[in-house]
Formats: sequence, C-alpha cells, structure tokens
Amino acid sequence: MTLLQWTFDIVLGLTLLWLAFRALTSEDLFKGIVLFIAFGLLMALAWVRLNAPDIALAEAAIGAGLTGALLLAALAKLESATTETSATVKDENAEGLNSKSSEAQSHD
Amino acid sequence: MTKHINKQILFRLLLVLLLSVLAVGLGYSVLSLPLEASGLSARVTENLDASGVSHPVTAVLLNFRAYDTLLEMAVLLLALLGVWSLGDMHEHRESAPGVVLDMLSRLLIPLFVLVAGYLLWIGANAPGGAFQAGSVLAAAGVLMLLTGWRPSVWFMGLPLRITLVFGLVAFVTAAVMVQLAGWRMLEFPLSVAGALILLIEAAATLSIGITLAALFLGSRPPTDQATGKRTGPGAKK
Repeated sequence: MTLLQWTFDIVLGLTLLWLAFRALTSEDLFKGIVLFIAFGLLMALAWVRLNAPDIALAEAAIGAGLTGALLLAALAKLESATTETSATVKDENAEGLNSKSSEAQSHD
Repeated sequence: MTKHINKQILFRLLLVLLLSVLAVGLGYSVLSLPLEASGLSARVTENLDASGVSHPVTAVLLNFRAYDTLLEMAVLLLALLGVWSLGDMHEHRESAPGVVLDMLSRLLIPLFVLVAGYLLWIGANAPGGAFQAGSVLAAAGVLMLLTGWRPSVWFMGLPLRITLVFGLVAFVTAAVMVQLAGWRMLEFPLSVAGALILLIEAAATLSIGITLAALFLGSRPPTDQATGKRTGPGAKK
C-alpha cells in the first residue's frame, strides 16, 4: 500500500469518527440528519476501500439516500405535529392572553 | 442536594466501569483473532459453479444463505406494517411542481428505472442485486412523491398490497416448489438455479422498491373498499 493510500484511509477513518460524533451530539435535528447522510456517503467510500463494492452500493443507496430521506420526512412530520399542537394551545389561550395584554396596555 | 449529586457521580462511575469492561472485552476479542483467517471465501469459490451465478456475493445471498435473504425481506415488510399501524393517511392532495422540477423528474425517473434494471441484471456476475436495484427504484418513487405526484386511488388499495408481498411470495413459492420436486427447501437445482435466482430477484426488486417508497409515504393508505368511508371523516381539512 502506498503512502497516499495510507493517508487517504487515515483521513477517511478520522472524518467518519468526527462526523459520527457531530451527528450524535448535534442539538439541531436537521443538522444531525445532514451529518448522518454525509456519514453514510463517506462510509460507502470506506466500504470501497475495503474491497466490498456490494456493501458500498447498498450503503450509498439505502444507508445514505433512503434513510436520509426517511429521517427528513419524519422530521417534517414531527415539526408539523408540534406546530399544530402549539397552534391549538395558542388558540385556546388566545382570549385569555388578549384580555391580559389589553389590561396591560390600559395600565400603561 | 448532595445526595442527588452523589447519585449522579455514582451513575457516571458505573457507566465508566461498564464501558471499560466492554472496551477490554472488545480489545481482547480483536487481539485473539487469528492474523490470517481463511474465512469461508475458499469454500464459496469452490462451490460457485453449483450456485447458478458467477458473483460470489449473489451466490451467498440468494443460494447458499437464501434463508437469510428471505427473512430480511420479511423484516422489511414488518417494518412497513409497523409504520402503517401508526395511523391512516389523512390527506391525499396532489401538487404541481415547477417547470424545471417537472422536466428534470421526467428525465430522471426513466433513468432510475433503467439503472435499477441494470443493477438487477448485473447482480449475477458483478456487484449489484435485488436490494441495490430495489433501493434505486425506491429513490425514483421518493423523487416522484417529492415532486407532488400521488399514486392513483385504485393502486393504493389491493394492487399496492399485492406488489408489497410479491417478492416474499415468489421467494417462498420457489422454496416450496423445489421442496415438492424432491430437493431440500431453498436448495436450487443447478439446471434452474440461475433462472430461479433471477426470477426471485426481479420480484424482490419490485417489492423492495415499493416497500421503501411506501415507508417514505409514511402512513397507511386506505383500501379500495374503505375509500368511500374514509374520505368522509378523513377529509377534515
């Protein structure tokens, strides 16, 4: 194995570890998903380096592509669900809040 | 307060202890591995002629360890059932994409189908196969769903469900047929092994593609008979 290949493999391995760490610790879910997709694509590259093109194909198509799409769809549903519930809560509280704010304004 | 902090520290210590045990165990098992493991690749190469395909990975996945692949497809179907059990689809709207997206998807989707067919066919003697082809097919489906297309109502009923189980049914049928013909279950006789594997993989590709796309769609589409009933209360918005 040449020096170039060694360097490539080491950089690839470290990048994978770093991406996995960032994806797991990311506060922002969307950012975490994008990092996960990047992780999947680089993982496919690692499988190619390990002479396993079959797994590389499956990893790129299923691991990065479809799982990423599924996670993004789940996130969209999660967000729409939370905004819906918070909207209904707001609707219920709207009258009370309005009266309070008008009271506050009148006090001013 | 101090009790609470003590508990936390204790928990962390326990975690560190367990993790170190795991690390030591993993390190020991890695170090105790033989440096030159022959694995099973020699045996696979020896028996490759009996499998009906010339690519060792496909030979293992669909002939030597066909049972694993069969169960994998059942697991995929179970995953979809799990998603479907979460609830019904309550909205069924179609939206028109922009001109660029429309043209691009019209160009890309036939290409996706072509690539899926190629991956399926090449699987017999090079990297490729049912799962890869199926996921490319599913990517085409996801792209179509993202551009606003929705499958017609008649397909969402029984035809969809038949397509979903088609791969598994083809696999089980092939397994039982060879058993009835006098061989063991999932033992493909050499004369028909190549054809059987291609047939199973073609059915599996279709089913995997539709299953993954249905997973992306999320909730359970209504059946044909129930459509009339469900559009009433379902179409709240």
